[in-house]
Amino acid sequence: MDASVILFYVISVLLVLSSLMVVFLRNVVHCALALVVALFLIAILFVMLHAPMVGVLQVLVYAGAIMVLFLFVIMFLNPTASEPRRKLWWGFGSAAALLLAASLAALLSNGEAPADPVTATETFGSPETLAKSLFTDFVLPFEITSVLLLVAIIGAVVLAKREP
Amino acid sequence: MVPLDYYLILSAVIFAIGVIGVLVRRNLIVVLMSIELMLNAVNLTFIAFSRYLASMQGQVVVIFVMAVAAAEAVIGLAIVISVFRHRRTLDPQEMQLLKW
Amino acid sequence: MQAYIDQLIRDGYFAGMPKEVVYAVAMVLAAFIVLSVFVAPLAGVTSWLERRVWARMQSRVGPNRVGPQGILQWLADGIKNLLKEDLIPSAADAKLFSLAPYVVFVGFLCAFVVIPFGSQLIVADLNIGILYILAVTSLVVVGILMAGWSSNNKWSLLGGMRSAAQIVSYEIPAGLSILTIVFLAGTMSMQGIIKAQGWAPWDWFLFNNPFTFAAFFLYFTAALAEGNRTPFDIPEAESELVAGYVTEYSGMRFLFFFFAEWGNLYVIGAVATTLFLGGWQVPPVTSDPILLGVLQFVVFFLKAYLWVFIAMWVRATLPRVRVDQLMALCWKYMVPLSFLCLLGTICWMLVFPKGNQIFSVAMFVLGLLIVAYFFKRVVFQIRHARPELYFKPHI
Repeated sequence: MDASVILFYVISVLLVLSSLMVVFLRNVVHCALALVVALFLIAILFVMLHAPMVGVLQVLVYAGAIMVLFLFVIMFLNPTASEPRRKLWWGFGSAAALLLAASLAALLSNGEAPADPVTATETFGSPETLAKSLFTDFVLPFEITSVLLLVAIIGAVVLAKREP
Repeated sequence: MVPLDYYLILSAVIFAIGVIGVLVRRNLIVVLMSIELMLNAVNLTFIAFSRYLASMQGQVVVIFVMAVAAAEAVIGLAIVISVFRHRRTLDPQEMQLLKW
Repeated sequence: MQAYIDQLIRDGYFAGMPKEVVYAVAMVLAAFIVLSVFVAPLAGVTSWLERRVWARMQSRVGPNRVGPQGILQWLADGIKNLLKEDLIPSAADAKLFSLAPYVVFVGFLCAFVVIPFGSQLIVADLNIGILYILAVTSLVVVGILMAGWSSNNKWSLLGGMRSAAQIVSYEIPAGLSILTIVFLAGTMSMQGIIKAQGWAPWDWFLFNNPFTFAAFFLYFTAALAEGNRTPFDIPEAESELVAGYVTEYSGMRFLFFFFAEWGNLYVIGAVATTLFLGGWQVPPVTSDPILLGVLQFVVFFLKAYLWVFIAMWVRATLPRVRVDQLMALCWKYMVPLSFLCLLGTICWMLVFPKGNQIFSVAMFVLGLLIVAYFFKRVVFQIRHARPELYFKPHI
């Protein structure tokens, strides 16, 4: 077996485990830290798929900013009340998700997807090619994203501000 | 080399786990985190396709998804903070003031 | 480094082994060598030197018993800390509590992968080098929050939250100043940035234009704040928070936090040197590859260590700022200023696409004049105050 396949198996097992921990652990801080691990593993998968720039951005944006924000809010609110656990609801939710996973997997593994990748050139996934694509074909969405972020900043400030 | 199917099935599984979180957890912060998980599963699909079809567009879309996820997390957490200030709880079932 | 391993594989040293296994073993070996031969002694000696420098600045003696001038003090401290009992508070979240120091440590150690000590002496020259450093150092925040929360102690929690807020805020001016240089160099690879500069001071990006000159000081200030150094050490302010997020730690785990802090000081200096001060560029004096490598290493090390020394100096001089002052400094002054630097550099690049040599030399002369004026003031103060001077550095 190829070494990259073994690496893929190891990472995917860890990834599924940490994602399950995000959903099933009772302590919110533990959930958040499991999510950090999951996002980090996904970043490693990105690097394996010749997307080093996106992988590093994933670590920078998610682990460095979004998850810190989550942890910060959890510690700020410090919610102590443990949530009630209703067996029926959990069973129902898990069954629905299993059904979804099964149908998605059946749909996705229909054999139409290419088994072997197109040979990547040396520059594939480098910052230059990414920027070229971002600032030529996608320049309008890029500008709209900046407006979206501005709106999000203003919205967050207005929402979280204490009323006088 | 890992076949593309493997990546797609992996991301389907992660997405389903995220769905469980959104459906059954009774804590707003964990629900938001499960949404992040679902977004990342989709990102993984994009990157896998971008590699196997040798097109940069998948990676560009992932960058947009990250920006949207950041905005979503910021707004979501701001709403969580203001709701918690009013009702002292994070349980979405308690937030039923608009329910008929 | 990778090229060297490829060469070894081609020469048939590892016949029959998969390429990835060889890479993995080489990576682990490189990390081990960098850690034990370079980072550990460096952080240790820095801790000793820092205490000596403060002591001299405060008319004290400082540690001078273990080894000549106390230079082995760090070894004694390390052994003492390793032998101490490793306490975990009963109310603490034991797993996270014991894991947190390692997360902090790994986050800082990963930065050494892309630091170029010479034209050949680099573990991996990634084409996203500087972004990689920003990403891995942001992992430190997660470790600090883990430490603060899992200690189950209000001082630790407050310290961890202060630290997280501080690091996330100061990442913005630091990132923007780095972006200024990325624009000028046109690449994010560390070697590429160094190769875009020259050995002469007026070829450095520091003196390229007035905006990069300002960006350098913005970067240095923001990096000090990110490393929780005085005057920005409010996360572990002794007078307010006991010791912040390290309050409950003891023994080896305590050591790991400080190991990371002192090592991080060198990373700050190395990144500043790479981005602004020409890195390992040396004048063309020799063509012998080994001699050239040694010379490059010495030049890079001295430039980087100068900034470690200045950080110590700052710590001995400035008082600690308050939390609100810290946030106001970041968001009201440093972020707008770093945006100004970015825009100014872009305009400069439009006006002088090749750079302006005469102006760079003028900037260099101006820098020299500032240093000369500083020494003139020092001499004036010494004459004026007539302190009892003791010029010998050792006691």
